[in-house]
Amino acid sequence: MRSEPARPSPDHHPSTRRFAPHPVVEIQGLVKRYGAKTAVDGLDLVAGPGVTAVLGPNGAGKTTTVETCEGYRKPDSGTVRVLGLDPVRNSAELRPRIGVMLQSGGVYSSARADEMLRHVAKLHAHPLDVDALVERLGLGSCGRTGYRRLSGGQQQRLALAMAVVGRPELVFLDEPTAGLDPQARRATWDLVRDLRADGVSVILTTHHMDEAEQLADDVAIIDGGRVVVQGSPEELCKGGAENTLRFTGRPGLDVGSLLKALPADCAAAELTPGSYRVVGKVDPQLLATVTSWCAQHGVMPDRISVERHTLEDVFLELTGKELRS
Amino acid sequence: MTTAGTYTPRPGAAPLPRMIAAQAALETRMLLRNGEQLLLTVVIPTLLLVLFSSVDIVDTGKGEAVDFLAPGILALAVMSTAFTGQAIATGFERRYGVLKRLASSPLPRWGLMTAKTASVLVTEVLQVVLLTVIAFALGWSPHGNPAAVLLLLVVGTAAFSGLGLLMAGTLKAEATLAAANLVFLLLLVGGGVIVPLEKFGSAGQQVLGLLPISALSDGLRDVLQHGAGMPWADLGVLAAWAVAGLAAAGKFFRWE
Repeated sequence: MRSEPARPSPDHHPSTRRFAPHPVVEIQGLVKRYGAKTAVDGLDLVAGPGVTAVLGPNGAGKTTTVETCEGYRKPDSGTVRVLGLDPVRNSAELRPRIGVMLQSGGVYSSARADEMLRHVAKLHAHPLDVDALVERLGLGSCGRTGYRRLSGGQQQRLALAMAVVGRPELVFLDEPTAGLDPQARRATWDLVRDLRADGVSVILTTHHMDEAEQLADDVAIIDGGRVVVQGSPEELCKGGAENTLRFTGRPGLDVGSLLKALPADCAAAELTPGSYRVVGKVDPQLLATVTSWCAQHGVMPDRISVERHTLEDVFLELTGKELRS
Repeated sequence: MTTAGTYTPRPGAAPLPRMIAAQAALETRMLLRNGEQLLLTVVIPTLLLVLFSSVDIVDTGKGEAVDFLAPGILALAVMSTAFTGQAIATGFERRYGVLKRLASSPLPRWGLMTAKTASVLVTEVLQVVLLTVIAFALGWSPHGNPAAVLLLLVVGTAAFSGLGLLMAGTLKAEATLAAANLVFLLLLVGGGVIVPLEKFGSAGQQVLGLLPISALSDGLRDVLQHGAGMPWADLGVLAAWAVAGLAAAGKFFRWE
């Protein structure tokens, strides 16, 4: 079982929820130490088909976890199964079925982008059309430039192309958009969505909340080498602290009468004179209740705002840390 | 844009011979594209051969200088590719994550090493052809058994590959770069390539004679200059280095 934090509390385990009976990745009690440092500390994670984001701050154990799935690291304890296989013992069987994008490097320094991609394609039985992939990822402009002289964004896109060219069932992307400009980032997101639509499963690590929210069917937040919570972005946001509605008006309004108008599980308070906060399930009905209460009391609600609970908040609550520290 | 179904999984490894051939071709292209490597494997041996054959700098004993030098330069060519070149290239491949990335591709590790060996052998063939043509132009008249020459070159390649990979797989890339070049230079001078080992005195000759470069140049010289049969002693020295080097590389090589 994975460690289940107090909140949010999805009432069912992922393995019995969406992915049964075929998780693409199944990790139980993974421990990995480097010398005295424990990088992964009893991590449990079940990932099903679709896109799973492994989210966490630097040093949380994301890369170690993914590299264990890729067969690069041997667990100190615990078990790891990828497509039902042991990544170390069944490496030969597993390798053709997965695509790997390392966090950096992986290409001969004097190789050209299309040359390296064509080479990786040749190692597979039914590769993608290399020219189409080069065009898709905007690598055609790299021309005869050697890898070391490509821009960081071009190097990232080449690494991504190398991960998918062999038509794998499962792709591991380690920080696929780190250091990309917004346009290249969207191009990468589009490709991930296309992969998903065509039935390729994706495990990606990121420390960008928006990336996880945009792409992932399932998010596993890790911190200190363990999964602190796992669920869909909606579940995680919904399950966390309630949403918040704020407005300003004249000071000293009767909060008690506002509370009476609101659903039972809501809270309302005047935080500073003239600044009011309602906490609860913020939906159109609640918004209407608040504004009509204001109308009844002759209050013009100034600067009314609704704050949706984000993954960032969930993360902060669960770990007490800012994600991008 | 992409039509639906473009990325539908269809995994599979290419047939092993095709993977190894593709890898060997890529490795060879990378090597030939690298200016420093070409300097080491082609330019330096060629210059040394031409220079020392035409100008009387080192006393190479009786007979034509080129008859003494050509076998030594062939040994140097093998060392430059199998040891120095391979160590530096592999060291940087390790540093830049190339070995790591390939380790998760369908190509097995032994397939990668086979491809590297094939690439080294292809380069050596090109070197030997070039240097032989130049040596003939300088008036070289070789003797001996071609099979013995071939065997020496192959066992020598194995010996130098083991040592080169041991260095590449254990040291940092920069350290490998420096050390491989230094060793190249030292063995060039002290390995009987252009300077006869007799110049180092009998004790020096005894010790230096056990170096792989000395065994290779001496063995090649015995056959090509003096028409000897199979130089077993030199082959034995090379085989010992090959076994020790490859075993150590196999044990200590770290892929990242």
